[in-house]
Amino acid sequence: MSVTALDENRPVRPPARESAATRSSEAKVGWFTVSPALALLIGLLFGPAAAVVLFSLTDWQLGSTSFQFIGFTNFTALFDDPTFWKALGNTLLYVALVVPGTVFLGLVVALVIEASPSLRGFYRAMHFLPVMSTMSAMAIVWGTMLHPTIGLVNRALAAVGITGMNWLRDESTALIALAVIGIWQGFGFAMVLFVSGLKSIPQQLYDAAAIDGADGILDRLCIVTLPMLGPVIMFIVILTASRAFEVFDSVRVLTQGGPNYASEVLLHRLYTESFDFLRTGYGAALTVFYLAIVVALTLTQAKLLERRVHYA
Amino acid sequence: MAHSTPRRLAGRLARHVLLVGTAAFALLPFIWMVSLSLKPPDEIFQAEFRLWPTTFAGIENYGVALTAAPMFRFLLNGLIICTAIFTLQLLVCVPCAYALAKLRFHGRDTLFSAVLVGLLVPPQALAIPHFVMLYVFGLLDTYAALILPWVISAFGIFLLRQFFRSIPDDLIHAARLDGLGEFEIIWRIMIPMSAPALAAFGIFSVVAHWNDLFWPLIAVRSEEISTPALGILLFRDDEAGQFLGPLMAGAVIIVTPLLLGFLFAQRRFIDGLAVTITK
Repeated sequence: MSVTALDENRPVRPPARESAATRSSEAKVGWFTVSPALALLIGLLFGPAAAVVLFSLTDWQLGSTSFQFIGFTNFTALFDDPTFWKALGNTLLYVALVVPGTVFLGLVVALVIEASPSLRGFYRAMHFLPVMSTMSAMAIVWGTMLHPTIGLVNRALAAVGITGMNWLRDESTALIALAVIGIWQGFGFAMVLFVSGLKSIPQQLYDAAAIDGADGILDRLCIVTLPMLGPVIMFIVILTASRAFEVFDSVRVLTQGGPNYASEVLLHRLYTESFDFLRTGYGAALTVFYLAIVVALTLTQAKLLERRVHYA
Repeated sequence: MAHSTPRRLAGRLARHVLLVGTAAFALLPFIWMVSLSLKPPDEIFQAEFRLWPTTFAGIENYGVALTAAPMFRFLLNGLIICTAIFTLQLLVCVPCAYALAKLRFHGRDTLFSAVLVGLLVPPQALAIPHFVMLYVFGLLDTYAALILPWVISAFGIFLLRQFFRSIPDDLIHAARLDGLGEFEIIWRIMIPMSAPALAAFGIFSVVAHWNDLFWPLIAVRSEEISTPALGILLFRDDEAGQFLGPLMAGAVIIVTPLLLGFLFAQRRFIDGLAVTITK
């Protein structure tokens, strides 16, 4: 999702040509055509968003008929809760593992695929398959691959003489294993974005660099490709980070946040507090906190995109 | 110059070696899944690993997956829900996007700003109020619960508006002079001309809702209306799911439709996603 710089000032069409009558009919049609969307925006999006903020200030529990406004008590409780900090720390660590992994792998694969036309489409499609796959099902598959005895990973390690571990049940590796799954799912998407970024680099730049004597692969990469990709890289970093913040499926399916909260993340915490324990007010406070992070990230993304538009 | 040909050859070879390696990372879980789905239990637990089973148990495994859990029901539900969501999204978003792109009326810019703000809100943040609303109306654990929260898409409005703006105004003027009403203009000009944008939005919408686990986990309990993503979890938690072969067969059944769809129309998929997200 992106918010591009928009030239709002350009009139939709020259105003001189129309009469007052067509204008007022245009206004009528305009309001008529947007009214369903407007009603639903308010009813399903802005209303609920406001409701979450409101819930976060109450002691309401789902199903109970009464509630009281209790100010910021839910937020104080949230910030006093060590599992919340654990979930926040884990989410940040997860993002810190997934973003560089995804972006680096996506970039390398895109560069290498685009280096020559042979089998280009085939490789793109193969690397993209994980993006399309249903994560809950593939998480189950990953669970069997990481199984301590029958899993592919430990069998492969055993073949080279290394004793594997119980990756998803060990506190030191559970989150890392989930991060690898996250990279697996996302790097094909980064690749596709990099490929379209690479396509937009004008060939003249490479020709000019060649005239200046920079015609080796590394020269071309450092002098033309990477600088020209700079804004795209930033964009993909932010996009990957936003997606990594939303990690839920693999956690829910494989670890439920365990062992001992070693893989607990924000969205999974939000889910369990709100819908397993039905602590609505507390869950709402957690949601407001989560919302603030995601909004901040998306705004950064929009700002960067605007800059990219000026850059290009 | 004499050394350039072998060097080139080595470069090409290195490219394929590297890409086969990364593609293996991408494909390994799929290969593993299919391999296990064809094996009897004793071979899965055997110390030695073979890609292809010695005793072929594919028919049994897929049979168990299809009889112990309503796999086709899950797929059908996915189809029903994704179709309903996308159709309703179009009905709501297309007229709105048209008005925002091509009609002039007081409050238009404010409404567009609201759409931009709407883009910021992650859907998971609305789960509690949506749940409460559906609870109040007695709609939890129905198709409606899976469909209604997604009928409005700020992303859809934004994307289509951007595309509609690139369609020349003269075309619309000409249509109006020919006596076409605004809805005819939408139906006969805007929709056919923006097929790529509609397709890209459709891909986004279907992929997101087919694969979504978060919301179905909240909104639905019954197996009969489970989506594919939720269905495979219910199957795992059933007793039948204790057997890895059938479980992997179930995963294959759940994952295959979208992957096949993608492989059939991959150019459109990849270009559509890339264009939409970067434009």
